[in-house]
Amino acid sequence: MLKNYFKIAIAVFKRNKFFTFISLFGISFTLTILLVLTAFVDKVLNDNYPDKKRDRLLYINRLEQRSKDGMMSGTMSYYYLSHFTGKMKTPVKVAISSMFNGTNTYVNNKKIALNYKYTNAEYWDVLDFDFVEGKGFNKQQVDHADRVAIISEDIKKQYFGDVGPVVGKYIEADNVNYRVLGVVKSVPVTDYMFYSDIYLPYTISKGGDYKSKGYSGGYMGVLLANSASDVPKMHEEYEALVKRIPPERKDYTQIHSHANTFLYAFLDTGNDGKSGVMIVVTAISIFVFIFTLLPTLNLVNINITRIMERSSEIGVRKAFGASSKTLVYQFIVENLILTILGGILGTVLAGIVLYAINHADLIANLELTINFTVLFIGVLLCVVFGFVSGVYPAWRMSKLNVVTALKAQ
Amino acid sequence: MIRLQNIEKVYRTDTIETLALNSVSLDIAKGEFLSIMGPSGCGKSTLLNIMGLLDAPSKGEIRIDDQKTEGMNDKQLAAFRNKKLGFIFQSYHLINDLQVLDNVELPLLYRDTTAKQRRELAAEALEKVGLANRLKHFPTQLSGGQRQRVAIARAIVGRPEIILADEPTGNLDSAMGNEIMDILINLNRNDGTTIVMVTHDENMAHKTHRLVRLFDGAQVL
Repeated sequence: MLKNYFKIAIAVFKRNKFFTFISLFGISFTLTILLVLTAFVDKVLNDNYPDKKRDRLLYINRLEQRSKDGMMSGTMSYYYLSHFTGKMKTPVKVAISSMFNGTNTYVNNKKIALNYKYTNAEYWDVLDFDFVEGKGFNKQQVDHADRVAIISEDIKKQYFGDVGPVVGKYIEADNVNYRVLGVVKSVPVTDYMFYSDIYLPYTISKGGDYKSKGYSGGYMGVLLANSASDVPKMHEEYEALVKRIPPERKDYTQIHSHANTFLYAFLDTGNDGKSGVMIVVTAISIFVFIFTLLPTLNLVNINITRIMERSSEIGVRKAFGASSKTLVYQFIVENLILTILGGILGTVLAGIVLYAINHADLIANLELTINFTVLFIGVLLCVVFGFVSGVYPAWRMSKLNVVTALKAQ
Repeated sequence: MIRLQNIEKVYRTDTIETLALNSVSLDIAKGEFLSIMGPSGCGKSTLLNIMGLLDAPSKGEIRIDDQKTEGMNDKQLAAFRNKKLGFIFQSYHLINDLQVLDNVELPLLYRDTTAKQRRELAAEALEKVGLANRLKHFPTQLSGGQRQRVAIARAIVGRPEIILADEPTGNLDSAMGNEIMDILINLNRNDGTTIVMVTHDENMAHKTHRLVRLFDGAQVL
């Protein structure tokens, strides 16, 4: 029976070339956009490089201080992180790093824009950077304020060109020369908490901002628990700690800061009253809903017209023993065939678009791919498309009176 | 085989009520070949549709093979039609997107049959109507007479006990019409199939066992 449905589906698609084109275009275009979008979201949220031990990590990237007149929210100072989290018992290590900052350097009169970040020594233990060569700096080098640097693979290529090992060589930024200690696999810029071209010890930061005793600054921290089961305890400990921290200034009445899992930390808006996660999830859901609703309605409309043309066939099938349920099944199968074809086309198109995005180098170090999660979402969307856009027209047509259907030819 | 008792069919719109069939009662015996005649709009096709369970009467009772059909749901009606009835329409109603063999197979799709069985039975039915050499053709590649023969093959492929034919020769010239009529007569004679045929053609009607005439929805003969 399926073979028969398949045959007639293909014949109908061939006969109504324009409708078929419109349907396939609608499905494949929508899927392409959604697949590219999900590939991007998937890359940003699920790519756990360099924080590979996510099940043992909590991220502190925001501090909110409120007074009667207003509030101040942003990243915190090195002092805040080292002083207060240093008192915690559950974390085995705390990685502290600044946000990335930009500067320029010149090689053979060619300007290279690069970003740098300051970190502590534990940063290289908490996070699992893939070292192409060399290693991270240690506590001694940090304490001695050695001018050493870990550079990304991408900046190595830009700065030194296609050469062999560069460990021991010097890289210049802001008129300062840094000795390269290691080269790591690049982190995409979308992973703003860890992205940088050059990683430097915090003790050589410009103006020594790490010495400031204020709470606000340009740093964030990552707490590493001994095991995944210690993470809730670590979370509770930080929550309790924040409640005990004395206000930085007399007019500040409240301090809010949380040690969050990656997703919450990534999406945190800094406003304690509104969850960033909820805002983002709601916004994405509304976008996806509207984006899939329009082609679905379009497909429903096209399908009604397409099936209407086949009322004689419906009449004949009913006369010879097809029940309404059987006809609904047939039209849904036909629609699924169409949407799966559109899905295959959409997946191919998405692959081409992702290839183009990767090679256009629009976003630093970002390598988008159609992975299994994205493909699964794509297949699921196809089935949902096929089902939703096929059910109503099929149900409507199956209810058609046989005599009316036969007369309609 | 078919018993109709006091069948009434009323079509209602917002403003008009039209009585299409007025208290028609009819007994058709097993193996009988009956023709229904009457002027256009007298209710012939409506009666045939009601007999074929394609339409429901407003009043009255239908019994087919001693089975009361009233109260059957969509699924039961579909299964009943599939098993007991075969249909032939004036305008053939073939599916142009499917090859002849696939068209003939159609009633068997709704039965528990394998693809091989369907192929064999469809080929056999087509051979019976003299179209064994047209299996892979599409309906649009056939003449009117050939299309009607395909429609007959489709009607008989499931070996129904009853065939309902609505002006099967209406779209054909007299030679083609006679060919189709001969096939129907042979089916009735050799296989014992009960046939009810609506026709406008007196000559064709006189070739059947019995003639029923309708006028303004009522049986006059």
